[in-house]
Amino acid sequence: MIEHVWLIPLFPAIGFLINGLISRWCNLPKAFVAWVACSALALSFLGSVVIFFELLKLPPELRVKVPDVILFDWVVSGDLRTVIGYKVDPLSIVMALVVTGVSFLIHVYSVGYMHDDPGFTRYFSYLNLFVFMMLNLVLANNFLLMFLGWEGVGLCSYLLIGFWFEKEAPPLAGLKAFIVNRVGDFGFLIGLFLIFSKLGTLVFDEVFAKAHLLDPWTVTLITLMLFVGAAGKSAQLPLYVWLPDAMEGPTPVSSLIHAATMVTAGVYMVARCHVLYEMAPLSMMVVATVGALTAIFAASMALVQVDFKRILAYSTISQLGYMFLAVGVGAYSAGMFHLMTHAFFKALLFLAAGSVMHGLAGELDIRRMGQIKEKMPVTFWTFLLAALAIAGIPGFSGFFSKDEILWNAFSSPKGHILLWLIGLITAGMTAFYMFRLCFMAFFGRFRGDHEVFHHAHESPPIMTIPMIVLAVLSVIGGYVGIPHVLGGHNYFHDFLSPLFKVHENLPHGEGSEKLELLLMAVSVVVALFGISLAFNLYLRNPELPKKLSEKWTKAYKVLWNKYYVDEIYGFIFVEGSKGFGRILWHNFDEAVIDRTVNWIGSLMKVMGAGLRLFQTGFVRDYIVGILVGALILMLLIL
Amino acid sequence: MIPLELYLLVSALLFVIGIIGVLIRREAIVIFMSIEMMLSAVGIALVAASRAYEALDGMILAFLGMTVAASEAAIGLAIFVLLHRSYKGVKVDDINLLKG
Amino acid sequence: MEGILGLGWLTVLIFLPLVGAAVLLFFPRRCEGLIKWFTLGVTLLNFILSVIVFAKFDDSKVGMQFVERFPWIRAWGAEYYLGIDGISLLLVVLTTYLMVLSVLSSWSSVEKALKEYMIAFLLLETGMIGTFCALDLLLFYLFWEFTLIPMYLIIGIWGGPRRVYAAIKFFLYTMAGSVLMLVAILALYFLHAKSSGQYTFDLFVLYNTPMSIKTALLLFAAFSLAFAIKVPMFPFHTWLPDAHVEAPTAGSVILAGVLLKMGTYGFLRFAIPLFPQAAKEAQMTILVLALIGIIYGALVSMMQDDLKKLVAFSSVSHLGFVMLGMFAFTHQGIQGSVYQMLNHGVSTGALFILVGMIYERRHTRLIKEFGGLAKIMPIYATFFMIVALSSIGLPGTNGFVGEFTILLGTFKTQPVFGILGATGVIFAAAYMLWMMKRVFFGEVTNEENEALKDLNKREIITLIPIVIMIFWMGIYPKFFFQKMDLSVDAFLKDLQTRQSLFVEKAQIEKLGGR
Repeated sequence: MIEHVWLIPLFPAIGFLINGLISRWCNLPKAFVAWVACSALALSFLGSVVIFFELLKLPPELRVKVPDVILFDWVVSGDLRTVIGYKVDPLSIVMALVVTGVSFLIHVYSVGYMHDDPGFTRYFSYLNLFVFMMLNLVLANNFLLMFLGWEGVGLCSYLLIGFWFEKEAPPLAGLKAFIVNRVGDFGFLIGLFLIFSKLGTLVFDEVFAKAHLLDPWTVTLITLMLFVGAAGKSAQLPLYVWLPDAMEGPTPVSSLIHAATMVTAGVYMVARCHVLYEMAPLSMMVVATVGALTAIFAASMALVQVDFKRILAYSTISQLGYMFLAVGVGAYSAGMFHLMTHAFFKALLFLAAGSVMHGLAGELDIRRMGQIKEKMPVTFWTFLLAALAIAGIPGFSGFFSKDEILWNAFSSPKGHILLWLIGLITAGMTAFYMFRLCFMAFFGRFRGDHEVFHHAHESPPIMTIPMIVLAVLSVIGGYVGIPHVLGGHNYFHDFLSPLFKVHENLPHGEGSEKLELLLMAVSVVVALFGISLAFNLYLRNPELPKKLSEKWTKAYKVLWNKYYVDEIYGFIFVEGSKGFGRILWHNFDEAVIDRTVNWIGSLMKVMGAGLRLFQTGFVRDYIVGILVGALILMLLIL
Repeated sequence: MIPLELYLLVSALLFVIGIIGVLIRREAIVIFMSIEMMLSAVGIALVAASRAYEALDGMILAFLGMTVAASEAAIGLAIFVLLHRSYKGVKVDDINLLKG
Repeated sequence: MEGILGLGWLTVLIFLPLVGAAVLLFFPRRCEGLIKWFTLGVTLLNFILSVIVFAKFDDSKVGMQFVERFPWIRAWGAEYYLGIDGISLLLVVLTTYLMVLSVLSSWSSVEKALKEYMIAFLLLETGMIGTFCALDLLLFYLFWEFTLIPMYLIIGIWGGPRRVYAAIKFFLYTMAGSVLMLVAILALYFLHAKSSGQYTFDLFVLYNTPMSIKTALLLFAAFSLAFAIKVPMFPFHTWLPDAHVEAPTAGSVILAGVLLKMGTYGFLRFAIPLFPQAAKEAQMTILVLALIGIIYGALVSMMQDDLKKLVAFSSVSHLGFVMLGMFAFTHQGIQGSVYQMLNHGVSTGALFILVGMIYERRHTRLIKEFGGLAKIMPIYATFFMIVALSSIGLPGTNGFVGEFTILLGTFKTQPVFGILGATGVIFAAAYMLWMMKRVFFGEVTNEENEALKDLNKREIITLIPIVIMIFWMGIYPKFFFQKMDLSVDAFLKDLQTRQSLFVEKAQIEKLGGR
C-alpha cells in the first residue's frame, strides 16, 4: 500500500472534481454530494490507517528510510528538477492521519450543519479540494510540492472564508487571509531560493543530507525565511491578523482549516526541517520566542472577546504559539503531540460553537447566551470535555501535550525559564478564558432573546456523533504520550523518534524527574486557579467583571480593540500602498511620463507650425526666396 | 569695335531692371515681361561674349535661351489667361491659395 | 523538411492568413455570418498547422528547423530566410492559438465593417508569425513594421471613444523606436560589410560582426529602445494603457497576447545575441527597469477604476518578470522568461476576453459599476477566478511555474533582484483579488446588473481551451519546457562564450596596451 500512497490525496481530488464539475452544474441531489465527499475522505483515512500499520510493521530505523513514491516530473529546467512525489515516514503519516481523520468527522458534521445552505455542493467541493491540498502539503517529498499544497490550502481558505460571498464581510476577510498568507509565502519562497541556489536541490532527503555543507549564516537565513512563511500560515506574530477575521466562514471550516489542519502546516514544516533548524540556534530561539509571545499575546485578547468563535480563534493562535515554542526548543515530537491533541479538542470546540449557533438561530455573542446546558446536553458535555482538555487538567489529552511542552521549555538546553514562565501564565489565562466562555454560554441565566431560548434545541445526530468521537479523542488521545515520569510510555514520542532522535536530547537523571513532577503540579495549580477565577467572576459574582472593566478602562479598551493592530496595519500597509499607488499613477505616470510623451507630440506640432510660416502662399515671397537662394549658391560656387 | 565691357554693362543693367521689375511690380504680366527682359539681358551678354572670344557657343546658347523664353512665355500666358478668368485681373498678391 | 504544396511549412503558416484576407475581399459585406465562419476556419486551420509543426519539431536537435532560404534582394544581400527554434516555435503556436480565440470573442461585438475587421486581423497574423520566423534582419524589420498598420486600424476604427488618440500614440511611439532600430540594422549591415566585404542581412552571419564596445552599446541601445517600447518596459509603457482601453476586445487580446511578446522575443533573438558584451554592460540597467516595472505596474494597477486599464498595467508588471528572468542570464531565468511569455499570453489574453464579455453586456468597464456579480453570473465568476489565480501565480497554474522559475533563476546570480521581484507576488494578489472582490463579491449594488445573463455556449467554448492550458501548463510544464530546453541552453552557452571571449580580448588588449 505504501507505493500507492498517492491514492490518499487522490480520493479527495476526485471528490472535488466530481462535486465541482458535475454535481454543481448538473444540480445533483445533496445526498449524492455528501456521499461523494465523505466517502472520499473515508477512503483517504482508511488508506492512511493501512499505511500506518504497514509502517508499524517495519523496525523503527527502517521507518524513516522508506523510499519516496515518485509520480512524474513536474518543473524541470536546467539543473532544477522537481517531481510530484510523496514521502511516507512517521511524521508525514501522523499528519495524514490527523488531517484525514478530523476532516472526515467534520465532513460528516457539515452534512448536517450546511444542510439548508444553497451553496451545499460548492462547499463540499471546496472542502475536498482543501483536503487534497493539505495532503499534498504533508505528504510531499520536496519543497516545491509542499509549496503547492501550502498555497493551495491558502486558496481554499480564501474560498471558504468568503463562502457567503453575497455578504460584505466574508469576501473582505477572505482577501485579508490570502494577502497576509502571501506575505508569509514570500518569505517561504526566499527560503526556497536560498536552498536551491546553495544546494541545487529541493528534495527533502537530498537537502537534509547535504545541509551540513551550508555555512551558519545561510542556514539561519533560510530557516528564518521559512519561519516567516510559517508565521503567515500558522497565524503567529506579526501575521496572525487574518485568523480572527476568518471566523466569517462557516463554522465547520473554522474547525477544520483554522484549528486542526491548515494552521498547523507551519509547525509541521518546522518539524520537517528540523535538520536545518538544529544548525541555526538563532532561528530556533526566534521561533520559540515568537511562539511564546504569540501565545500570551493572543490569550490576552481572548480574555475580553464576546464572540464565541473569536475567543476560540484567539485561543487557536495562542495554542499554535505553544507548538512553535515546542519546536523552537527542540522538542519536535512534543510540538507534534500538541498539534494532534489540539486538533481534537479545538476542532471539537468549534463544532460545539457551530452546534450552539445552530440551536440558537445563529447567535454568537456570549453575552446573549447562558443556561443552555440543559437544552443542549450533548453539546455541553462535549464542550466541557474539550475545555478541560485545553485547560490542561490531568487525565485529559491537553494535559499531557501541554505539559510536555512546558517541561521542555524549562529543561531543554535551548529552553529558557522565561519561556516556561510565559507558557505557564498563558496556561492560566487559557483555563480562565475557556471557562469564562463555558460559564457564560452554558450556565447562569439566559440573557438573550426569549424566543430564541424557547426554540433552542440540540443538534441532530449527524452533528453530535462527530462531536462525541472528538470528545472521546480529546480525553484518551493523550494516553499515547504519557510521560515516563508518571510511569507511562510515550508511544508518540517513540514513534517519531527515529526521525528526531539525533536531535532531541531530553535530560535524564533523578533530579530532573522530581523537577518535572513539580512543574507539572505547578501548571495544574495554575489551571485550576484560572478555572476558579472564571467561576468567581462569571458564575458567583457576575457583576464583578463589569466593575473590573470600569476600574481599568484603558487596559480593557486596549484588549477589547485587540491592541489596535488591525487599525495600525490597515493604516500603514493598506492605505499606504493604496496611497503610494495613487501617487505613482496620478503624480507620476500621468503627470510626468505621459506629459512628456504628449509634450513630444506637441513639440512636433510646434515645429510644424513654425515651419509653416514659410508657406505664405505669397508668390512674391517665393520669388524672393528663389533669388536669395540663387545668390547664395553663386557665392558658394565662386 | 565696341568694347565687350559696354555690352556686358548694358546686359547687367537690363538684368537688374528686370529683377527690380520682378520684385516690385504686382501685375503678373509685368512680372513676366521683366523675366523676359532678364532672359534677353542674358542673351545679349552671351552673344557679345561669343563675338569677343570668336566662339560659337554663346550664340547657340542664346538661341537656346530664346527658345526657352518663348515656350515659357506661351505657357505662362496661358496660365495667366486662365487666372484672369477666375480672378479678374491678375494681381500676384491675391493668388495665395497655397498658404500653409 | 517537406512542405505542403511544395511550399515550406513556415511560409504556409505566415501567408495563409494573407491569402485568407485576399479571399475575404471578394465576400459581399452583408454576408456577416459567412465572413465570420470563413475567418474562423482560416485561423483554425493555421492553428492546426502550427500544432503539426509543433509535433514535428525535433527537440533533441540544436539549431533552427523548418529552415527556408531563398535570395530576395540580391543587390542588397537580403534573403527570404525563415526558421524556428524551440523558443519561436512556442511563440508561433501561441499566436495561432490566440488568433482563433480572438475571432471567437469578436463574434457578436463588431458593430461595423466586419469584413474589414477580419481582414485586418488576418493581416496582423501574417505579420506576427513572420516576425517570429524571420532570420534575415531586413525581412524581420519588414514583418515587424507590417503589424503596425492593421493594429493601428483596429484600434482607430473599431475602438472606444478616444481611439484616434490611442491609435496614433501607439503607432508613432512604436514607430519611433522601430525607426531607430532600422538605423541600427543598417549600421550593422555596413559595419559588417566593412570588415568582411560581404553585404548581408543574415542574422547569424551578423552575429560575428566585430565592433568596439562603444558601437555595440549604441547599436544595442537602438535595438533595445524599439523592443523596450514594445514590451513595454518602464518608462516607455504609457502607450499601453491607452491602447488597451480603447482597443476592441480581440484587439487587446492580440496586443497583449502576441504583440508585446514581439518585443521580448526581439531582445532574445536580436538585441542580446548580436551584442552580448553590450548586453552584459546593460544588464543592471535593464534589471532595475524590469524590477521597477514589476512593482510600479502592480501598484498603479491596484488603483485603477477601469478594468481594462487595470489589466493593462498588470501586463506591465508581468512583463517586468519576463525581462527580469531574461536578463538574469541563467538557464532557469531565460526558460522561465519564455514560459512566462506564453503564460501571459494565455492568462492576460483570457482576462481581456472576460472583460470584453462584461463590456458587451453593460458597455462600461468601471469597477464601481459592478459588484456582487458572482451571484448573477456564477459561470463567469468561476472562469474569472481561475484566470485571476493563474495571473497571480497560484501553484498548479501556469503562472506559478513561470514566476517561480524566473525568480529562482534571478536569485541565483542577482539575489537582491530575486527577493525584490518576489514581492511582486504579494502585490499581484492584492490588486487582482481586491478587484475580484469589488466586482464579484458583496451585495449587488447596481440594479442594472441584476438582469445580466451568464455566459452563452460560444463564450464558454472560447474559455475552456484557456482553462485547459492554464492547468496543463501548470501541472505538466515539462511538455513545453522540453521543446525549448536545447534552444535556451544553446543561447546561454553562446552568450557566455562570447562574453568571456570579449572579456579575454579586453584583458589582452589591456596587457598589450601597457
